[in-house]
Amino acid sequence: MSDTHVVHTSEGDQELAPRDRSSERELLLETGAVLRMSEADAAKAIAEAAGTDEETFLLNMGPQHPSTHGVLRLMLELQGETVLRTKPIIGYLHTGMEKTGEDLNYLQGPTNTTRMDYASPFFNELVFCLAAEALLEVEIPPRATWIRMLMCELNRMASHLLFLATNGMDLGAVSMMLYGWRERDLVLQFFEKVTGLRMNHEYIRPGGVAVDLPDGWQDDVLFILDALPERLEEYDQLMTGQPIWRDRTQGVGAITPEEAVALSATGPVLRSTGLAWDLRRELPYLAYDEVEFDVVVGTYGDVFDRYAIRLNEVRESMRIVRQCVEKMPPGDYRVQDKKVTPPPRARIDESMEALIHHFKIFTEGFRVPEGEIYVAVESPRGELGCYLVSDGSAKPYRMHIRGPSFYNMQSMPHMLHGGFIADAVAVISSIDPIMGEVDR
Amino acid sequence: MADTETDEVVEEEPVAPAERHGVPVAASRGVAVLFPPIEDYLRVVEALRDEGFAMCVDVTAVDYLTHPGRSLPEGVPAERYEVVVNLLSLEGRERVRVRVQVPEADPTVPSLFALHPGTETPEREVFDMFGIVFDGHPDLTRILMPEDWEGHPLRKDFAIGRIPVQFKATGGTGK
Repeated sequence: MSDTHVVHTSEGDQELAPRDRSSERELLLETGAVLRMSEADAAKAIAEAAGTDEETFLLNMGPQHPSTHGVLRLMLELQGETVLRTKPIIGYLHTGMEKTGEDLNYLQGPTNTTRMDYASPFFNELVFCLAAEALLEVEIPPRATWIRMLMCELNRMASHLLFLATNGMDLGAVSMMLYGWRERDLVLQFFEKVTGLRMNHEYIRPGGVAVDLPDGWQDDVLFILDALPERLEEYDQLMTGQPIWRDRTQGVGAITPEEAVALSATGPVLRSTGLAWDLRRELPYLAYDEVEFDVVVGTYGDVFDRYAIRLNEVRESMRIVRQCVEKMPPGDYRVQDKKVTPPPRARIDESMEALIHHFKIFTEGFRVPEGEIYVAVESPRGELGCYLVSDGSAKPYRMHIRGPSFYNMQSMPHMLHGGFIADAVAVISSIDPIMGEVDR
Repeated sequence: MADTETDEVVEEEPVAPAERHGVPVAASRGVAVLFPPIEDYLRVVEALRDEGFAMCVDVTAVDYLTHPGRSLPEGVPAERYEVVVNLLSLEGRERVRVRVQVPEADPTVPSLFALHPGTETPEREVFDMFGIVFDGHPDLTRILMPEDWEGHPLRKDFAIGRIPVQFKATGGTGK
């Protein structure tokens, strides 16, 4: 009897029974966030519950759904409109890319990895090439490094503009969708001019980049940099200050820094909680220690913070791109090591050696010394890593890509717990998952 | 002991392999790699977490069935599978790797879920792709493949799969 304790609330003092009087199921409903039930059991539970007056019910959201950002299926345990526990079910886009990677040589490898995170393809190519080059122990010329950095930061801008577009539309600001695509198209047109493709470029290759930047590229980039700031101000006005937007995003899907680190979340999800962890600043790669930029950090770990971080990261990326335009060094765009880089096509007519190298590189591929390595870059979604095991042959023995969205998805049940289904749309959108790298 | 007449290599005392937290450690391109046996796996990861490696960045596995020969430090017996864990220290800005040898006969490894809840989905992926069982995992079911799939795709003896193609000139199926 004396186990009860009194809580002072705004409606007067309330007496609470001791916690051990709650059944295990009630405790789970109150505190549990992750639903761990196999799909077969869940299907049975859904079928049995139909027509009964159960307190909670299971609902499938997806895999075909306008707001689940690709083929993501969420099994939600709902009590009314409140989400209790969630199970994200993935694998609908699994195409065995890691197995395919074991069958392609290192020159073909980027064509495979680039399609994993298809919204930021340069990063996938970059991480694979950095891993291969680290095992090869070749030094990349400075111009190639700066070109890679330029393309990656432009890609970050394009990916975050895609986020702004889809996030806006998911939360009701439908015109944001078109504005985001319009800006993203400027960047994609520049990519087409340089690499020949708007997406999935296979531009970053082991040894450097495929071709040099075309003449007049500075003007094209500066055109983008001049057009964007004003448009970003417009989006700030359209969304950030708007009361409906704030109501739908502030305080929704909050996560603490300890939870984020424990759940291996990286990128804007981790930075929204207040931890200023950005691989470009903390463990720099390429030439990020030679450019000035700020790391954008949130405070509350909610949807609004993640939106604001990505909006401001576009501005920071513009700063980096401007510095790339100013500081681009002259020189080679790929390493001159004949065993790694194919010779220029014109040389094949003149030199036997060039012909043989060309033949060997494009049929067998170049061999990479035996070893294993893990390399990571900061993609728009978080830490994108590549664990590469080589057996001395021309094809990777094992290629594993650590896709940041795969890990960020683990925080999703914890963000959704206790919210409404409508908040689920906001939360999924704020994590910005790309199912290609979740499923590979 | 040193041979000063010629340039031959000096015969040194045998050097014990380096150790960290009681298990062999090697350096792989600037990153320390620890090789605990399965019995010491949890203890080593916990010791690393206490040292500051708070985030488990990646859990994956490799099937060394058709590998010609990998370099392992002395005293580490080579098994068919290896579970590879990459850890990150945010304050120390440092990475460390843990590689556990997993025998083919009994591919069971303790789960890291209690130490790092963020290993829930990657361990499911390793189970799905390689068939390595994680003791203590709360929900060890397939994640990428359908739940009723048989076989473990990333094993080296699981064929990559081809669609048979009929070529007009030759007739019959392609490779």
